[in-house]
Amino acid sequence: MTLNPYLWLVPLLPLAGAALNGFFGRRWSKHVISAVALVFCGAAFAMALLLAAGFSSASAPYYYDLAHWLRSGTFQVDFSFYLDQLSLVMLLVVTGVGFLIHIYSVGYMWDDDGYYRFMSYLNLFMFFMLTLVLAKNYLVMFIGWEGVGLASYLLIGFWFTKDSAAAAGKKAFIVNRIGDFGFLIALFLMIKHFESLDFTHVFAAVRTLPTETAGVGLLTAIGLLLMVGAAGKSAQIPLYVWLPDAMEGPTPVSALIHAATMVTAGVYMVARSSAIFERAPLAMMVVAIIGTLTALFAATIGIAQTDIKKVLAYSTVSQLGYMFMACGVGAFSAGIFHLMTHAFFKGLLFLAAGSVIHGIGGEQDMRKMGGLRVYMPVTFLTMSVATFTIAGFPPLAAYFSKDEILWKAYSSPNGSWVYWLLGVITAFITSFYMFRLWFMTFFGDYRGAIAHEDDKSSRAGAPSTHAQGGSAPHGHGHGHGGPHESPWVMLGPLVILAILSFVGGWVGIGGRFEHFLAPVFQSGAAEIAHETAGETAGKGTETLLMLISVGAAVLGFLLAWTLYFRRPQLPARIAASLGGLYEAVSHKYYIDELYRVLFIKPLIDGSTTILWHGVDQGVIDAAVNDSATAARHVSDNARHMQSGNLRSYAGWIAAGGAVVVAYMVWMGVR
Amino acid sequence: MVPLSYYLVLSGILFVCGVLGFLIKRNIITIFMSIELMLNGVNLSFVAFAAQWHDLRGQVFVFFVMVVAAAEAAVGLAIIIAVYRTRETLNVDQVNLLKL
Repeated sequence: MTLNPYLWLVPLLPLAGAALNGFFGRRWSKHVISAVALVFCGAAFAMALLLAAGFSSASAPYYYDLAHWLRSGTFQVDFSFYLDQLSLVMLLVVTGVGFLIHIYSVGYMWDDDGYYRFMSYLNLFMFFMLTLVLAKNYLVMFIGWEGVGLASYLLIGFWFTKDSAAAAGKKAFIVNRIGDFGFLIALFLMIKHFESLDFTHVFAAVRTLPTETAGVGLLTAIGLLLMVGAAGKSAQIPLYVWLPDAMEGPTPVSALIHAATMVTAGVYMVARSSAIFERAPLAMMVVAIIGTLTALFAATIGIAQTDIKKVLAYSTVSQLGYMFMACGVGAFSAGIFHLMTHAFFKGLLFLAAGSVIHGIGGEQDMRKMGGLRVYMPVTFLTMSVATFTIAGFPPLAAYFSKDEILWKAYSSPNGSWVYWLLGVITAFITSFYMFRLWFMTFFGDYRGAIAHEDDKSSRAGAPSTHAQGGSAPHGHGHGHGGPHESPWVMLGPLVILAILSFVGGWVGIGGRFEHFLAPVFQSGAAEIAHETAGETAGKGTETLLMLISVGAAVLGFLLAWTLYFRRPQLPARIAASLGGLYEAVSHKYYIDELYRVLFIKPLIDGSTTILWHGVDQGVIDAAVNDSATAARHVSDNARHMQSGNLRSYAGWIAAGGAVVVAYMVWMGVR
Repeated sequence: MVPLSYYLVLSGILFVCGVLGFLIKRNIITIFMSIELMLNGVNLSFVAFAAQWHDLRGQVFVFFVMVVAAAEAAVGLAIIIAVYRTRETLNVDQVNLLKL
């Protein structure tokens, strides 16, 4: 390992930006705020590029110990940072996409009164995310892990005067807490059995243990608990419910936190812990099954959503499922590869959706859009790139990463044709709902209202008076005459991300990306060797599978084209004929309602009757109150002795004296 | 010769009169005089015992008590005058600023 004294600067720079804007931003002009936020975030990006420039797949990891933290006997945890090939990929994605979204936010949030707050939170998020990515041990990672949760909570509830936003923030925080619980227990297990949380030490200790082929052992337990944490953070079944609600936050937040970076932290953590998972096949299988099911499940919900951001949210959940599927079959580098391309195209999709929402005055319902390609050509073009990418059309980025995952799901030793089949079905559904979104938004006739002042106030549930710092992201000093293109400060990031979404997958051609990450996933190296051996045999199968998945994408496109372009009246008829099934899908299979009945209601009722009224009021409060009352009664009586009346004291003395004398007379004086 | 018990009974009566006066009366000067009465009741028993046992220590002690009583009277009367000037009353029940 090489010492690199500049490593700690990367996360600390955005923290400085967050502190400056948070403490002083209220008094600064928006230009200064933007400059501070962009400079510190940009500096982190520049540092990341500098680090990347001197790094290759052969480089030894960089590390830097910033300060001592916990020391107890032989157990020690320090504030240490660590950069290897895996963290480098994450670092570049987080700082790069993060910086672009910072630029975009300048345009999108300019008219919001909480502008300085927003920029400060964004920088704070960058700090925690970079801490998470650059951590050298699990505890520092956990700081980042909790910190991004906090930033996510703050940003989802950014328009906290809106009830639904405040509730969504709480929901995200609480659901994440369930996952964090699992993560924490896993850390305790590691401390108990390995007496260390340092990645290098833990993985070295793990590699000395045998693979747990039969039954549940220590590593399986740790792996499953880590997966609980990952499922919370990365919105997998059964903890995915917070992510769609998180769309209450401003759109740049959805792009940065709830699509490109934070939600991928779980995938990163699982990939980082690959040494543990590789020795726990059962945990791996659970990861793969959860990932596959989530991918399919969320994709089907995406079909029937009408809110443009909700479609993208379920799409994010579904794509994260792919990544877990990859990790679960042991193809960690494929998962990270998809994580990277997903950051590009899903960030782009959200930003483009934000541009659409911005351009038509805050409307998010796709049924009120349509024909927008005429009004906003740049947004349309970039969105098209993203849509074709996510659908899996070659030679765009996601084609390579998704195909890699599907091939690994089929071919790797832990894989199975079931994963592959479900993955292809998901790919078909993904293609269908994404093109549905595309056709509904950009084709046909514009179905929204044009040119109304009252249009502003009609934005769903949001007070849009600018003086209140309300939530309407538009209102940049002109009336809303109709759909219009966004300013270039927003379009610039779109174009860059579109280019990345186009070419981003090419780094994976010929296994170069996998080769780059090979030092991190040690057994990955063995797998590459294994694969090159089996390459010739599997070549034909691989091509066939590839053709099938492209075919699925094309089929999805054609179906969406038929239903939403050629015969737009057809979907309603189909929905009507499906009846209950359509209802269930459009209500997200009533999962939220189910959770409400199963968990939330018993929890609240139990807390109210047993814990609050019973234990808290009945036992704790009662004990305190009753002892206080008793003390008061006793003192109330006793205090009459001390009236302040001198003669009553004298009376007591005299009475006492009389008693003493009487006693002496009675007993006789000796 | 008068038996010792007579002195002691008289002394006891005087003391009890003083105690009762102290407890019952409200006028601060009367209370003051009651204290003097108690002191003198005690003095009487000291002197009586001294005469009985031919021991001068009792007589000496009485002198001390008288000296202290005189000093007390000087300070006490000064306080009474000061109280009367500020409160315009000698009723102890009305001198109650420090009470609950």
